[in-house]
Amino acid sequence: MSRVLVGVKRVIDYAVKVRVKPDHSGVVTDGVKHSMNPFCEIAVEEAVKLKEKKLFKEVVAVSCGPAQATETIRTALAMGCDRGIHVEVTGKDYESLGPLQVSKIFAALAKKEEASLVILGKQAIDDDCNQTGQMTAALLDWPQGTFASEVEIEGDKVKVVREIDGGLETIKINMPAVVTADLRLNTPRYATLPNIMKAKKKKIANMKPADLGVDIVSRLEVLRVDEPPTRLAGVKVETVDDLVAKLKESGTI
Amino acid sequence: RGGLLVPCCYGAASFCSVVIDCCVNVGILSYFILFCFQAECFPYPEISNEELEEINSFVAPVEKFFAEDVDSKRIDHEAKIPPETLNGLKELGLFGIQVPEEYGGLGLSNTMYARLGEIISLDGSIAVTLAAHQAIGLKGLLIAGSEEQKAKYLPKLASGEHVAAFCLTEPGSGSDAASIQTKASLSEDGKTYLLNGSKIWISNGGFADVMTVFARTEVVGEDGVKKDKISAFIVERAFGGVTSGKPEDKLGIRGSNTCEVSFDNCPVPVENVIGEVGGGFKVAMNILNSGRFSMGSAGAGMIKKLIEMTAEYAGSRRQFGKHLSEFGMIQEKFAVMAQNAFVMESMAYLTAGMMDRPGLSDCSLEAAMVKVFSSEGGWVCVSEALQVLGGLGYTKNYPYERYLRDCRILLIFEGTNEILRMYIALTGLQYAGKVKMKKGNVGVVSEMLGKRLGEMFGRSRDLGLTGTDGVVHPALAVRTQSIMDEQLILKRVADILINLYAMTAVLSRSSRSISIGLRNHDHEVLLANTFCTDAFFKNNYWMTQLQKNSLENQDENIKKIARQVLEKRSYICSHPLDRTF
Repeated sequence: MSRVLVGVKRVIDYAVKVRVKPDHSGVVTDGVKHSMNPFCEIAVEEAVKLKEKKLFKEVVAVSCGPAQATETIRTALAMGCDRGIHVEVTGKDYESLGPLQVSKIFAALAKKEEASLVILGKQAIDDDCNQTGQMTAALLDWPQGTFASEVEIEGDKVKVVREIDGGLETIKINMPAVVTADLRLNTPRYATLPNIMKAKKKKIANMKPADLGVDIVSRLEVLRVDEPPTRLAGVKVETVDDLVAKLKESGTI
Repeated sequence: RGGLLVPCCYGAASFCSVVIDCCVNVGILSYFILFCFQAECFPYPEISNEELEEINSFVAPVEKFFAEDVDSKRIDHEAKIPPETLNGLKELGLFGIQVPEEYGGLGLSNTMYARLGEIISLDGSIAVTLAAHQAIGLKGLLIAGSEEQKAKYLPKLASGEHVAAFCLTEPGSGSDAASIQTKASLSEDGKTYLLNGSKIWISNGGFADVMTVFARTEVVGEDGVKKDKISAFIVERAFGGVTSGKPEDKLGIRGSNTCEVSFDNCPVPVENVIGEVGGGFKVAMNILNSGRFSMGSAGAGMIKKLIEMTAEYAGSRRQFGKHLSEFGMIQEKFAVMAQNAFVMESMAYLTAGMMDRPGLSDCSLEAAMVKVFSSEGGWVCVSEALQVLGGLGYTKNYPYERYLRDCRILLIFEGTNEILRMYIALTGLQYAGKVKMKKGNVGVVSEMLGKRLGEMFGRSRDLGLTGTDGVVHPALAVRTQSIMDEQLILKRVADILINLYAMTAVLSRSSRSISIGLRNHDHEVLLANTFCTDAFFKNNYWMTQLQKNSLENQDENIKKIARQVLEKRSYICSHPLDRTF
């Protein structure tokens, strides 16, 4: 009962200038630099820290996607996870893979691996869904501590300090539970080169969603992807009266 | 020789015509016969998929570290690398890239080292600090050290707990390394050497814990004659008697520590001799030769980054109603940068790949060619990039001036480009003429080279030789006495050879790209074609200059001008405004 499951997603690197495909079906991913979702890095860091505090025995990194997803798992292993699971999803299935299907996969794995804790990033920087953690908890009927900026294990319960609009909220939930990591939870360590080399010896198991009895058919269809409208230049005004007049003109007030 | 045929075997018809075109014009086939490159340059070296995945997984954290945790501006301004940054580099494992795993290092190949060098070169001071530590500082242990020496010193060097330095240069011995005067005298009981002397320009000299030091030791020759020959020693600062001067205030790589290191009766145990007593000079040359090739990938990495930054600017800045990128002279600069990066990369990885091949003995000639091309190409490209930004590029608000200052050193250290050109030319001629290099023979061989090259081109050349092949015209023999005359000839030979190697690398690489269908391979063909055509014309010009009485050869005049100026140690013309009446 001493196992943590961490989800890691391979996304377009945060520094890349994203471009929409000419057919507006999505964004250009071919030949573009990818890396681990920053919130997933924070999740991995937290899981590894908990293991280093001897609160858990094993940390398992999971990623759903095509062959390249193993690179992301390897990074998680280099950061300190013990083993990895690659749930292979390719082609059209991968393009339509969303939070609902991923959370079904995670729910199945959490049960199979008998995990006490599932830690995910609060959202992915490519789709900004912010749903996978919540859905996973719901499918498992487990409590959830989302937007965590602090996590503390107290016996068989987890104390989570959550970042919410009004400030900070502290809750205590029973394990097994799902936690999603927010920005200030920790500062992820670098995967050092010696650790990357050691991680080569760690195992990554390969499986398909069908092996877990999960149906990954999507109920959503992306109709069109567009770039945000170009920002128009603003207008400078001299006085407050001018400002009020302009605002009235545009119908804002 | 197979050199020309192999690219055709790849079967890409359009490329074949390009290659044949270039080769026929350039006479590459003849050069191959003449030159005898060390190993096959075709096909372009490849690494396994597993190795590629591994190197890509290494690149990511290093890039991240340099993007987020390295403040190059601050390092340059304070002339110091902050301890946190150094620690980060140590933890990443960057202090033991080529140290074998059994001693705590990463045990990476030359190819992988070159790949990481592309990222590390983003900060010149860090690049030089790491290179001084592992490319030369501890390299002696790797290539010539005993098992005991390796086991004793490598683990702490690999982790960065100890930092290494390479101590060869002295105030009176820079390029002329064989003339060093630091002495190591054996104690009476034969157990310790006492080291006495001073070294200058030592990178990491201020804080290195373990140094490879070169000094003269008394050796009894086979003939019973006592000689002072150079030996290599592992010297720990902890032995005592080691003092470091204050850090030099440099133009560039200001964060890299460079200073004098003095040895005053420093006791060095005899077990710390690297290799044989008296065999130190060879060790020194092998160390320096083994690290040189990585300057190619380091330079390429820097230029690629510059292209990105500069293109952003050229694509947004408008003058005369157009973006800068629409103007021809600006476009030319990008073409120059792209070609240079392409050539540097191709040469560096070709050389690294050859060095990684088992059984290959020595790629020092190729590495020297990479170094000369990359240092000068880098200097030109940084200057052009700065020019695109105009006044902005000249300010400290932008990194261009720092890149410019940092890369000026590349033409100086690791063997000045002048020395390396001599080495390239003499070694190349040695292969070509199969003539043992002695003073004065240079003229003979260069003439033979010129004649053979001329024959290959299908044109006859008047080389002023009378008599049979190998018999030197008396006037020619006299002419070759002065070293300066020889140098100007050798310089051209070296430049031709460097261009040849560059063209080979570029053709080899792009032929592979086509055959396996790499993304944007047609752009590669374009770069290759453009570079080769340009290099061909330059080679042709230099070849023409090599002719003894050619109009293009101004060596006599150059020699005369220099002599007159150096005699008076100043510019000797009367002032244009002077009168005689």
